[in-house]
Amino acid sequence: MIRLEKRPQPSRAWSLATPVVAVLATMVAGGMLFGILGKDPVEAIRTIFWEPLFGEFAFYYRPQLLVKGAPLVLIAIGLSLGFKAGIWNIGAEGQYIIGALVGAGIGLAFYPLEAWFVFPLMVIGGAFGGWLWAMIPAYLKTRFGTNEILVSLMLVYVAEQFLASMSLGLLRNPEGHGFPGSRNFNSYEGASSWINENAGMHWGVVAALIAVIFAYVLLNRHMVGYHIRLTGEAPRAARFAGVKPARLILFCLGTSGMLAGLAGLFEVSGPSGQVSIDFNVGYGFTAIIVAFLGRLHPVGILLAGGLMALTYIGGDIAQSNLQLPSAAIQVFQGMLLFFLLAFDLLTNFRISLGKPEVA
Amino acid sequence: MDLSAINPVLLIASLMVAATPLLFAAIGELVVEKSGVLNLGVEGMMIIGAVAGFATAVESGSPLLGFVAAAGAGAALSILFAILTQYAQANQVASGLSLTLFGLGLSALMGQSYVGIKPPQMQKLDIPLLSDLPVIGPILFGHDLMLYVALMLIAAVWAVIKFTRIGLVLRAVGENHDAAHALGYKVVRIRIIAILFGGACAGLGGAYISLIRVPQWTEGMTAGIGWIALALVVFASWKPWRVLLGAYLFGGVTVVQLNLQAAGVAIPVEYLAMSPYLITILVLVILSADKSSAPAALGRNFHAAR
Amino acid sequence: MTEVLLSLKGLTKAYPGVVANDSVSFDIGAGEVHALLGENGAGKSTLVKMIYGLVKPDSGEMLLRGAPFAPNEPRQARADGIAMVFQHFSLFDALNVAENIALGMENPPKMGDLASRIREVSEAYGLPLDPYRTVGDLSAGERQRVEIIRCLLQDPKLLIMDEPTSVLTPQEVEILFQTLQKLRAEGTSILYISHKLEEIRTLCDHATILRLGKNVGECIPAETSASEMAELMVGAALTPPMRGKRDLGEVAMDISGLSVPAPSAFGTALRNVHLTVRRGEILGIGGVAGNGQDELLSVLSGEVLTDSDAVKLGRAPIGHLGPVARRQLGVLAAPEERLGHAAAPDMSLTENAMLTGATREGLVKNGFLKWTAAKDFAERIIKDFDVRTPGPENAARSLSGGNLQKFVIGREVLQRPEVLVVNQPTWGVDASAAAAIRQSLLDLAAGGAAVICISQDLDELMEISDTFAALNEGRLSSPRPAEGLTVEEIGLMMGGAHGMEVAHV
Repeated sequence: MIRLEKRPQPSRAWSLATPVVAVLATMVAGGMLFGILGKDPVEAIRTIFWEPLFGEFAFYYRPQLLVKGAPLVLIAIGLSLGFKAGIWNIGAEGQYIIGALVGAGIGLAFYPLEAWFVFPLMVIGGAFGGWLWAMIPAYLKTRFGTNEILVSLMLVYVAEQFLASMSLGLLRNPEGHGFPGSRNFNSYEGASSWINENAGMHWGVVAALIAVIFAYVLLNRHMVGYHIRLTGEAPRAARFAGVKPARLILFCLGTSGMLAGLAGLFEVSGPSGQVSIDFNVGYGFTAIIVAFLGRLHPVGILLAGGLMALTYIGGDIAQSNLQLPSAAIQVFQGMLLFFLLAFDLLTNFRISLGKPEVA
Repeated sequence: MDLSAINPVLLIASLMVAATPLLFAAIGELVVEKSGVLNLGVEGMMIIGAVAGFATAVESGSPLLGFVAAAGAGAALSILFAILTQYAQANQVASGLSLTLFGLGLSALMGQSYVGIKPPQMQKLDIPLLSDLPVIGPILFGHDLMLYVALMLIAAVWAVIKFTRIGLVLRAVGENHDAAHALGYKVVRIRIIAILFGGACAGLGGAYISLIRVPQWTEGMTAGIGWIALALVVFASWKPWRVLLGAYLFGGVTVVQLNLQAAGVAIPVEYLAMSPYLITILVLVILSADKSSAPAALGRNFHAAR
Repeated sequence: MTEVLLSLKGLTKAYPGVVANDSVSFDIGAGEVHALLGENGAGKSTLVKMIYGLVKPDSGEMLLRGAPFAPNEPRQARADGIAMVFQHFSLFDALNVAENIALGMENPPKMGDLASRIREVSEAYGLPLDPYRTVGDLSAGERQRVEIIRCLLQDPKLLIMDEPTSVLTPQEVEILFQTLQKLRAEGTSILYISHKLEEIRTLCDHATILRLGKNVGECIPAETSASEMAELMVGAALTPPMRGKRDLGEVAMDISGLSVPAPSAFGTALRNVHLTVRRGEILGIGGVAGNGQDELLSVLSGEVLTDSDAVKLGRAPIGHLGPVARRQLGVLAAPEERLGHAAAPDMSLTENAMLTGATREGLVKNGFLKWTAAKDFAERIIKDFDVRTPGPENAARSLSGGNLQKFVIGREVLQRPEVLVVNQPTWGVDASAAAAIRQSLLDLAAGGAAVICISQDLDELMEISDTFAALNEGRLSSPRPAEGLTVEEIGLMMGGAHGMEVAHV
């Protein structure tokens, strides 16, 4: 009979080991899934995890890691602050869209002006748009006690409709022959987020690294970060310590919205290039997996973002080389979160094989 | 714009159809939450039910068999949630989210070869005389079997919770799991059964979308209905009959906006399509002041200590 | 002794790192009130959980009327005539009395019939109850009645009562004892768990004393002095705390006309509370659980804000100031709930030292945290208050209740408070730690601080306080000098029998 015993304190070793164990377990289970789909499991796993880094065309794929990883890390860092405090923003996808729309809107308004201030204004607009969209659940929660999970999620669907309306209407390229979608930022130098497209470098990568450092300092060295952790661990103790819950909610949701908005802006003005009806590809949701996989720790999130970017790119390769369906990669990513949550129990519990206890 | 094209009788009848997926999902989640568990994976279980039901119905030619498969698939997915939260003591919010993300991916994978196919049709219950009545006939007696099943499910859950010992124990577990444990009730077992029931209901709701309401299979076709179902449980203050009221309200909003779209009202399509989500938020705001009827142990994990 | 009802033979139960029960044996006679006496952590709870089928012994056996008895679950124990009144955790606030009782029965009758049975039995035993009231609205004493009635409806042969008087006023204790005596007269055995010696001497026929999981002695309470039993229980003679002569200074804290609405559906509203406490004074606030203790502490600590004039420090109004600002002024607090309120369970002791020490100990500068200084502070608390732990990097939840409580009290005392408010400072703490904590409060007052000690342990309050007041349904009685107060007077201040009729037996 297997029994769980609560550890006197969380195990540090397991806390570091569980993500690795979860990734390995996902590889095994994912391989089995690919096997069922009629693909060679070893080949599929190798294609996903090895090919982008060390394969024949690695020179092309490696920069892609930065492109895919940056928005994931940027969003996940923001989410992790709230998750740590028990504030669940799961509508990052919506904030990402609105940030992109506001930022892109500013850029398009200046078209074709080439001036130094256009891009910075877009960045501010992107951050503001995401912040504003996140402030809706934040305000409703502090003012009326409305559940932020449901509100932030509902706003994703609203944002998607809004995006559709914008790319078909206001932001549509007037020279686009009636096709949906805005002008392409890649042909508008002063509003492009690329630094070096061949190296995969755009301002989003820089922002993601800054966010990691910022979050690390905040959580480990600053009172606000301490209050975030305290609120998540013991909300009553946090109030006793002098935390004002409403302020913390506004801060966490606002920051995560801002970072998601930035990620959207950098994406739309760089890798994606234009506002189109489906320019968003679900980074806002995948970032939830990244945040947990990184144990809500800034450095962990950086690594997890890289890993998740790898599965995106490797998934694309497997799709073209092995005809692996793209949905299989989505399942693979979902599995990862499952295994992580399941193995997480080893951090707080010890498994003992002993006599059954009457429960 | 031609509003006269909207037929009120058909409108009400289609409102009932639009509300049924919500009814299934919400009544299932209500039972889960009554036991003190918050499963945010409704959307994932619904979409798995939608695809499993669709595939089974297409392969077997029987929509009813499709619904059985959908219930099974929803319950099967909910087992993962049950393992995570009841045995592995994982955070319920995170586990529910992972269920949704996983379900969306898995359904897309399972449904690949079913895109663009028409499913076998579910027979309407044609009750002689009754369904021929003017106005009342098409509204009350002209529907498919599953719509009535959903209504009966509401009544059954209400009666079980209010009048039976099982219902009392369920409420007790959701209210205070430590006390229930001390009295010798199997908290984990009761919660797992509730989670499975919730999964099966969500599966039925999903299949109702893919087999009857739409009817076809497209990726991500539940489009947030699982989340609205979660909001509905809050709206209903955990009371079964108010789930019915809420579901018909949301069903009404959906149908009216679709009719307005079809009638070519001057409001852009996208803004009409937003309306169910905006109204969900509005209702949440109005009702969130009163949380007193929420099960006290909602969302808290139970681990039998010494 | 007459006929033996239940016989325990060599019961042993070990948990990782601790042997909760080590070969415990004793007999409970039929129609006997048997006391199980022991300190917190002596293994009383584990032992009764084994009898009630919640925990299975590692070894040893039980005989019920000579036949082997090994319940796998409470249901089985109940079927064999064993019933238990819990100290905590066994009622459902949102359900009504009848529903709560039905949940504790194997085959409850229909609700209507059950309700009339409840009326009948509750009146027969002098514990009147309305079956349709919501349990969350009942007082602590009434809640206990629900549990007792739940047991009585099943005609138990053995009734287990876990610390039943800790939630009662002296007058309510009187009623309870009459009920128990009536039960004994009818032939029911009672296993009575307590650490209160005087009540055991009044009520019990026989006593078994547990220490560190072992049976260390048995006695006839009526023929044994309280101090003899105490020595058996603790294992050493205890020195009562030193109480030096203190001069009371000027008024340190002044509360007038304080009213606060209930924080939650089943919380208590504070109604028109007045109190003053002087420098060097210990004000003891008694009262039964759930009469506004938590709420009063929150108002004093600054977690709940009020009109600025309702709470004054000296002459300065501070009612509008939050916890951080109050700490700056020297108003410190230690709440009752150690894990989750006074301390964060999974955080290290260093991080928990930061929790209240940040401002006064200068552990923060421009919003940035000085972890080295926090670690030093944590180490100082550990050393000065003899907290048993390998070091400040350990999580709060890894400490025993007594050690964590010493840490929590030490953390506040070492910050040199002007006013210290503590709630249940020694609840669930072993005797030596309790003595140390009380001593530190006395020393603090001797040093000129004002101390408000909220507690449900009347002995404790009589031991250390200069002035005594009691909370009853959110109202505070007017404070009186503690010296010379009789139990009768204290009981009346706590609300007497709460309007409940004394049993006519």
